[in-house]
Amino acid sequence: MSTLTLYPEDEKLPRNERNVFNLYLITVLVLFLLMMLLGLTMRMTQADWIGVPSRLFYQLLTMHGAGMVGTMSLATIAVMWFFLRKYVHLHLWAFLTNYVLFMLGALAIIGSIFIGGYAGLWTFLYPLPVHSMGVWSINAAALFMVGYLLIGVGLLVFYLDAAAAIIRKFGNLGRALGLQWLFRGEIDPSHPKAVVASTMVIIANGLGILAGAVVLVMSLINAYFPSDTLNALVAKNLIYWFGHMVINATIYMGVIAVYELIPRYTGRPYGISRVFLWSWAVSCVFVIVVFPHHLLMDYAEPRWMAIMGQIVSYGAGFPVFLVTAYGVLTNIYRSNIRWKMPSRFAVLAVFGWAAGIVPAILDGTIEINKVMHNTQWVPGHFHFYLILGVLPMVLALMYHVIGNRAQSSHDTVSSKIGLPAYLIGALIFTIAFLDAGHLSVPRRFAVHLPEWMATDRAGSIGAMLIILGMLVFATYIIIGLLRAPTGERPSNTAG
Amino acid sequence: MIFQNEVFLIALVGMGLVTLGFIYVIFQAGKPADTAEAAQAHKTSNLLRKWLFVALLVIFIGASYATLHRFPIPLQHEPLQASQVVNVIGHQWYWEMSATQVETGAPTEFRVTSADVNHDFAIYAPDGRIVVQTQAMPGFVNKILYTFDKPGTYKIRCLEYCGLGHDVMAADLTVVAATTGGHAS
Repeated sequence: MSTLTLYPEDEKLPRNERNVFNLYLITVLVLFLLMMLLGLTMRMTQADWIGVPSRLFYQLLTMHGAGMVGTMSLATIAVMWFFLRKYVHLHLWAFLTNYVLFMLGALAIIGSIFIGGYAGLWTFLYPLPVHSMGVWSINAAALFMVGYLLIGVGLLVFYLDAAAAIIRKFGNLGRALGLQWLFRGEIDPSHPKAVVASTMVIIANGLGILAGAVVLVMSLINAYFPSDTLNALVAKNLIYWFGHMVINATIYMGVIAVYELIPRYTGRPYGISRVFLWSWAVSCVFVIVVFPHHLLMDYAEPRWMAIMGQIVSYGAGFPVFLVTAYGVLTNIYRSNIRWKMPSRFAVLAVFGWAAGIVPAILDGTIEINKVMHNTQWVPGHFHFYLILGVLPMVLALMYHVIGNRAQSSHDTVSSKIGLPAYLIGALIFTIAFLDAGHLSVPRRFAVHLPEWMATDRAGSIGAMLIILGMLVFATYIIIGLLRAPTGERPSNTAG
Repeated sequence: MIFQNEVFLIALVGMGLVTLGFIYVIFQAGKPADTAEAAQAHKTSNLLRKWLFVALLVIFIGASYATLHRFPIPLQHEPLQASQVVNVIGHQWYWEMSATQVETGAPTEFRVTSADVNHDFAIYAPDGRIVVQTQAMPGFVNKILYTFDKPGTYKIRCLEYCGLGHDVMAADLTVVAATTGGHAS
């Protein structure tokens, strides 16, 4: 069970662990800022405030997509590692290997885009990477895909180490998920939510990454042996299974921070329950089979898959609303919560997830998808839950970690300037996208019609505010991370 | 009301309700509760959760039935018997269409495929809103069945990123008032 102690002993980071953990956090903060700047550049281009050639625009779009998904993944892996290591024995080398392979993969991707000119987007939708009309080479596309493979291998190394550690402790993944208590039996109150969530992610994201690996290898073979063609629909299914899973896994890893931190700031136990276990078991299945909602406009897809995509999209709302959001709200209600940056971000994160799922579910309806698919409605909903959901989960942990290191006024500046700028900016930014989506503005257009530009300009202003907030957060967090914990020697540092 | 406006309104109402719930609890969160009040709050929250579950279940079943009982995508492996048929092939970066004029009032079948990469065949009404779309995929034919009710110049845009010329890949489709019940082929 999650602790009520603000900084428990078993969360302390020995020197090596602390160095690697800091490396993760500082890297992701810098990457988030860089990728946000790319995003702002694109919105300002669409707003006709700056001029970026189409070719460069689509390169930036490719970098922004791959970069943000990768960075979200790296950041939430750090969240999962930070809490899971208290309950099972994780190897530092696996955590570090993931980082190294991520950086190597990122280098390959950056090289493919900015040297090779690859602009086939993060979705590498077959056969576009090898059919650029001479804009980029086969080698550039292959380098991009090799970059993905490196990142995928890193993730699998980390997940396999975590899976082995969980199995050593709990016997098998089913018991770690708490399946033995779904129908009967007294639930062990000390069974950690972090283990349940991590196990779900290992199963679901492990399958998603394997699907990605299969289609990447198939695409690489096709790149150099063009006579070995792929079935475009099968390739698309595998790509969206992978893509959907990897980005959704970030929420399920990130939410561990909410489960762990909220009770420490409310002082109220946040126990595990049969409803909680059901919600995670169901979510595990749902998140694996929901990906056809990305293919609702592929009419050649079997009808049962489209129906499953819609029904499961609707069903996925139940665990979020009834268990996670409701559980957090119940825990903080009249708890005399200590409103610090970590608790603020944790509550904001759950709000972002719960509110962001509303436009997502609507878009998962076939009838609505016929007029909203690939409009800016789509980036509207996923930016909502990424900026107001997943990123605040990561920031909650970061601020919590520096909370016992920094003695400065970081909490005041962050909460009085950073947080309002970030929150208001995020709402303007995401609602501008949703507004544009309902006006049928296409996504992924380098050049916009004049009648679409009002939403682009509002979105640009929102993006500037987000970046201002993020600059404040990143500055204080990086300073805090590089400090030794209050009252402790650097050689024996707390987390 | 335009369909997209209805969807936007539903989204804003749904997100607004979630926001109100959070704001209410956040304002209450700073207040302490004694043991009796905490026990009462626990009891009330369990009851509320049951009602919320029932409400979501009703929405889930109602919305699923309303949107799926007449499946919104036509059968793909049977003749659609439409009086007007338009064959569409997506190319990097233009549309090849067997007809660029159709009539109102009678169903039009669009048989959509691609000669190279994935595209998305989206039809924009004269008011600038999408009326229907489907993916244009190499190796597959996706069939749209749509009945236009307003004449005018409709715009075809590609909504699946297909490379450098993606945003200029457009065509016009003229919809005229019905005369003989359709002539496109």
